[in-house]
Amino acid sequence: MHIHEYQAKELLAQFSLPVAKGYFATSVMEVEFAYRRLATPVAVIKAQVHAGGRGQGGGVKLVRSAQEAAAVASAMLGSTLVTQQTGEKGKVVHGVYVEAGCDISHEYYLSLLVDRSQAKVALLFSKEGGMNIEEVAEKSPEKLIKLYLDYDRGFRPYHSQQLRDRAVIDKTEMPSLVAVIKGLFEVFKRYDCQLIEINPLCVLKDGRLLVLDAKFDFDDNAVAKHEKILSYRDFKEEDPSEVEASKYGLSYVGLDGSIGCLVNGAGLAMATMDIIKLHGGEPLNFLDVGGGATSDQVKQAFRLILREKKLRAIFVNIFGGIMHCDVIAKGIVEASKECGGIDVPLVIRLEGTRVEEGRKILAASGMNIALASSMSEGAQKVVELAR
Amino acid sequence: MNLLVDENCRVITQGITGKSGLFHTVQSHDYAKRFVGGVTPGKGGQTIEGFSVFNTVMAAKASTGANASMVFVPPLFAKDALLEAIEAEIELIVCISEGIPVADMLIVKQALRGSKSRLIGPNCPGIIRPGVAKIGIMPGYIHKPGRVAIVSKSGTLTYEAVGQTTALGLGQSLCVGIGGDPIIGTDFLDVLPLLDADPGTEAIVMIGEIGGELEIEAAAYIKDHIHKPVVGFIAGQTAPKGKRMGHAGAIVSGSSGSAQEKIAALQKAGVVVAMSPADIGKVTAEVLGKGVS
Repeated sequence: MHIHEYQAKELLAQFSLPVAKGYFATSVMEVEFAYRRLATPVAVIKAQVHAGGRGQGGGVKLVRSAQEAAAVASAMLGSTLVTQQTGEKGKVVHGVYVEAGCDISHEYYLSLLVDRSQAKVALLFSKEGGMNIEEVAEKSPEKLIKLYLDYDRGFRPYHSQQLRDRAVIDKTEMPSLVAVIKGLFEVFKRYDCQLIEINPLCVLKDGRLLVLDAKFDFDDNAVAKHEKILSYRDFKEEDPSEVEASKYGLSYVGLDGSIGCLVNGAGLAMATMDIIKLHGGEPLNFLDVGGGATSDQVKQAFRLILREKKLRAIFVNIFGGIMHCDVIAKGIVEASKECGGIDVPLVIRLEGTRVEEGRKILAASGMNIALASSMSEGAQKVVELAR
Repeated sequence: MNLLVDENCRVITQGITGKSGLFHTVQSHDYAKRFVGGVTPGKGGQTIEGFSVFNTVMAAKASTGANASMVFVPPLFAKDALLEAIEAEIELIVCISEGIPVADMLIVKQALRGSKSRLIGPNCPGIIRPGVAKIGIMPGYIHKPGRVAIVSKSGTLTYEAVGQTTALGLGQSLCVGIGGDPIIGTDFLDVLPLLDADPGTEAIVMIGEIGGELEIEAAAYIKDHIHKPVVGFIAGQTAPKGKRMGHAGAIVSGSSGSAQEKIAALQKAGVVVAMSPADIGKVTAEVLGKGVS
């Protein structure tokens, strides 16, 4: 799960990490008021959307008066911001962050993230901050320093020495840098983060450090434990179908094709999309009903697929393990009843735990179903029927 | 540490009194009689479907001589179930539970280092030696004792490969679901050498998916160390660019973790990659037919 920059900074400030003063605003009046409250000659107005690359997309502007702040806000609020990370559609700006300006000397990059291979927390640091870090990693990998931190032990004095030696950091800068890293590690553990990325971490002309932008990614498996983080969730930033699917414990990703997919297991769901494409069709969605789905979840899954306008045919591909085929079959029959019948071709492939019971339920339903005995047969049939 | 799934395994179920835990204990025991009891804190002393229930893993081990555990504990409590099994020196721990926080798994991984336990999973279908032992949620009847070992990140795709190799008469020697979570107990690199050394295995099927770099690491290892033929499949060739992958996540993996990249790495390592998930069995039969090594 992602959050906005202003929320990220609120979290960081609670852990005494250095952030500039700022206010979140959703109207021109609030922006003007925020500018006056900051009482600084220069302020920055930043569009609050869940995407990076805002500066290049025109979502970050310097202002030097309340009038200028109002003008920028009125242009930015409600506009659609397109950046490298939003895709062509862009994102509507519903709010902005008005932040005090600062005198920057130089910029660093700092991030903490879960490293899958090492099963540790990786710390990444570069003196080339403020830029696209992927470019730094590609063009000059020696400028990107990586340390692995033990989850329990965290950042120790020897890590600090390693970092200083490898990055060649001025001795005077170290105490405040170490404090920032330790504070970040604390936030990282406290809220089950997968990633905290500070880019840039600024060194100001007076020598102080300042977090200028912060990106968070929280572990979806743990977020239920943290009310504070849940309260930060902004549904406007998410795909409505995905939001609804997640309410029912389903995992859904919308795509551009015409063949609806309902599958159990993420791997099989991806493979189902792959095989539809191999047979010349285009999947409408990725939908994993998960391990132990109930009939109701299956019903909801059907509802999500059936309301898509591009839908031409549906492929249900189930290989039951923990999931019982009769549960799936019941859900399909109930969904069909509730929707007053399914008016697109339906291809079903059932295999695995309690498959016979499942097939019986489908046969007894009187529904018009094309049964497939294998995945490729099913894919072939559904692609033909969608034409 | 081997993958202890043979005549000598004595399995307990942690979370045996839950609905799924009980169902799959009964199913697994029906397949091959390897289960000796279960654990649910606070419910010790009961008997459920003929299995004695204990309060702790330690007590269950002392009473039953268990050396393996199947874990069906709700995700937010799974960490402690796993730590308990590790402290009780259970040799093989198979964790089926899905949705365990990553931070919990980082702590479990630390406990595993230098311990006597091997963990399979979490979020996996388990492990089966067809005809001999089943510790997991896979439907037993689709398997057939045979020549092909399957190791996979994805549960249902493993069943797919099993179904295909059974239909073609090849059968399976051992199937290991390592799970699709970011942090797992046992990965491809741990399993591949065991399968290469397993006398019953003639070919290895490795099923991966997008994200992370396990398959890339495995490809490098296969090239230099694996003597048996390997067939690969990577799910997610048509998946849109990783929605969940953080900006910096892509740097650490040193690659984007795409299916295309993984397929290329496997092919370079001499792995025969099935492009369609429906062809995994066919490609394996061809490889075995040719006797490629």
